[in-house]
Amino acid sequence: MTQQPQHTKTKRYGMVIDLDKCTGCGACMVACYAENNVPFRQDESDKMRSLNWIRVMKVDNGKPFPDTQVCYIPMPCMQCDGQHMEGHSPCVSVCPAVATDYDQTTGIVSQIYTRCFGCRYCMAACPYHARKFNWWDPKWPADMEKYLNPDVSARMRGVVEKCSFCYHRYQKARDKAYVEGREELHEDEYQTACAQACPTNAIAFGDLHNPEHAVYSLSRSKTAFRLLERLNTNPKVYYLSSKSWVRRKADNYLEGENPEQIREKARKAAATH
Amino acid sequence: MTTPAIPEGVKRCPTRQFTLWLAVVGAVLLWGVYAMFLIWYKGLNQTGMNDAYGFALWIWADLAVIALGGGAFFTGFLTYIIGKKELKSIINYAVIIGFICYSSALLILALDIGQPLRGWFIFWHANVHSMLTEVAFCLSCYFAVLTIEFIPLVLENPKLDRIPFLHHLSHNLHEVMAVFAATGVFLSFFHQGSLGGVAGVLYGRPFAFREGLLIWPWTFFLFTWSAAAVGPCFTMLITWLTEKITQKKLVRPEAFQLLAKISGWMLLTYMIAKIADTWYWAAVTAPSKGFSLMDFYSNNPVYGIWILIAELVICGIVPALILITRKGRENKKLLVTAAILAVLGVCINRWVMVLQVMAAPLLPFHDWYMYMPTWQEVATTILPVAYGAILISLAHRYLPVFPHEKELNPGQ
Ligand code: SF4
Ligand code: SF4
Repeated sequence: MTQQPQHTKTKRYGMVIDLDKCTGCGACMVACYAENNVPFRQDESDKMRSLNWIRVMKVDNGKPFPDTQVCYIPMPCMQCDGQHMEGHSPCVSVCPAVATDYDQTTGIVSQIYTRCFGCRYCMAACPYHARKFNWWDPKWPADMEKYLNPDVSARMRGVVEKCSFCYHRYQKARDKAYVEGREELHEDEYQTACAQACPTNAIAFGDLHNPEHAVYSLSRSKTAFRLLERLNTNPKVYYLSSKSWVRRKADNYLEGENPEQIREKARKAAATH
Repeated sequence: MTTPAIPEGVKRCPTRQFTLWLAVVGAVLLWGVYAMFLIWYKGLNQTGMNDAYGFALWIWADLAVIALGGGAFFTGFLTYIIGKKELKSIINYAVIIGFICYSSALLILALDIGQPLRGWFIFWHANVHSMLTEVAFCLSCYFAVLTIEFIPLVLENPKLDRIPFLHHLSHNLHEVMAVFAATGVFLSFFHQGSLGGVAGVLYGRPFAFREGLLIWPWTFFLFTWSAAAVGPCFTMLITWLTEKITQKKLVRPEAFQLLAKISGWMLLTYMIAKIADTWYWAAVTAPSKGFSLMDFYSNNPVYGIWILIAELVICGIVPALILITRKGRENKKLLVTAAILAVLGVCINRWVMVLQVMAAPLLPFHDWYMYMPTWQEVATTILPVAYGAILISLAHRYLPVFPHEKELNPGQ
């Protein structure tokens, strides 16, 4: 960025996931299911209709054994900032009923389940397949209902849902700070369930505008990149990897193009806005 | 004395034969209604769609049927605003076909949403930046206009026409039809365009994304242009089919010829614009996102480069060339072939802009997404065809749809 962002009241919550650390254990997915009352089916074999707010993708370098390398990429909603970093996210701009919106104070893309009427235009617009449709009404095994998180509403059939960066946790932390007469949240006061559950500390979460938060410097590190950066969606989920083949898997490049150069160019273009 | 419901001076098939026909088409309709009931009762899990394929067969059917229904607004524009008197022979039918297409589109939309009871949210919580909002508003308004255009014709049924109030109402509506035609053209320009914008604004989907003018991607203008070009071809095709089935001449040849000629030139200019758009997209837009043209047409079982050739050349340039030449237009077989090709071309275009967009992989570690509609989707997509056939049959039997039918079939 040409202009270093100041520690301002406007937050830009984001995530940095270190792919060199991720083992693909799926603890983030489990934590997310439990935290956000994400329903599941008795038979989950049809992954194209599975509900999950974060999913772990497996990629490899395409080389035969013994040169095979594998990398796991956890993918939540990227909380895109949009083409000109002003909240014109691919999904938000298309929703005809404003059932999904960009919160200018946190940068989080919301989803109002009772507003959504299930036209699925947002799903068509999201290049990360981060949005899921509720094909069925949710059902939990009888006793499990006691474990449901009272802070998160369950979603009905026929609406779209997605990762909210555990927004209810932000609300709770903000309420607490307000009662205590504070305006600012500490980094550890608001963390997503997946970041906390990750056993290898691969996921860091915080305010990308706040130099005191780990994500501030991590997102600016040399090995940081985002998925499909060339589409100008400007995700707030960054990845770290020291492996160039992993970084090349993050986007589409024509033959002869140098990913690092192109990424640098895209970042500069975004920063001028 | 009871007056017959059939317009005076024209011959219609025996009631028994007509009832039998209605029963056959009605059975297909009921099959669709059953599928519709299943979808509303059990939800969209009755379809073959999934999280990658949120837009599928229905959205295609919607886009296609609206493009084909474009004959109503464009013929209306030519008849009432430009003043092409020859088209009076076919305008009623164009309006009926448009009415069927648009009511079908609205029905499919009502099926295609996950929470049908909340359908009105699109008006109540309208997001003015969404192309779909524009579509919904213009589509509903235009459907109302089409209904108003259809009413005077219904009132001309001999039985209804006996009632003085209805007789006068119909007469007065006829007088002001140009106003409705103009409103229809205005609304159609925007909703056909916004339908094009639906895919064109998806900047996260390089296969669909198009640059454009102000807030409108090129596809906005291309959709309106193609609907105006191909809609009349569909009207001609259905008219030709009706003539074949009823074994009568229904429309004056001049009307056919004029419509074909205008369609041909519209189609040719559209194809020039479409090819320029495709070239710019393949040479500039897609590469800027890291894709080459062939990335979208290889490594999958269905979407080969043939689809582009079929759309642009076989179902675009070829019918346009047939229609702009007098010889091509005057040869009935060639004329019908050109109309069929043009209709197929616009259907392929809408298919590509919905289905192929969803199928193309975006991340290098994603594969092509394939999708198969379920019988419920197919049945509900055929449902409008059966509904259309019934409405056309009823209209043809009981309403004076073709003002020149008597004169064209003097023996009957
Ligand atoms: S990842 Fe998808 S759902 Fe999330 S903000 Fe971006 S476009 Fe919207
Ligand atoms: S599915 Fe819901 S959130 Fe998505 S665009 Fe439609 S109404 Fe908006």
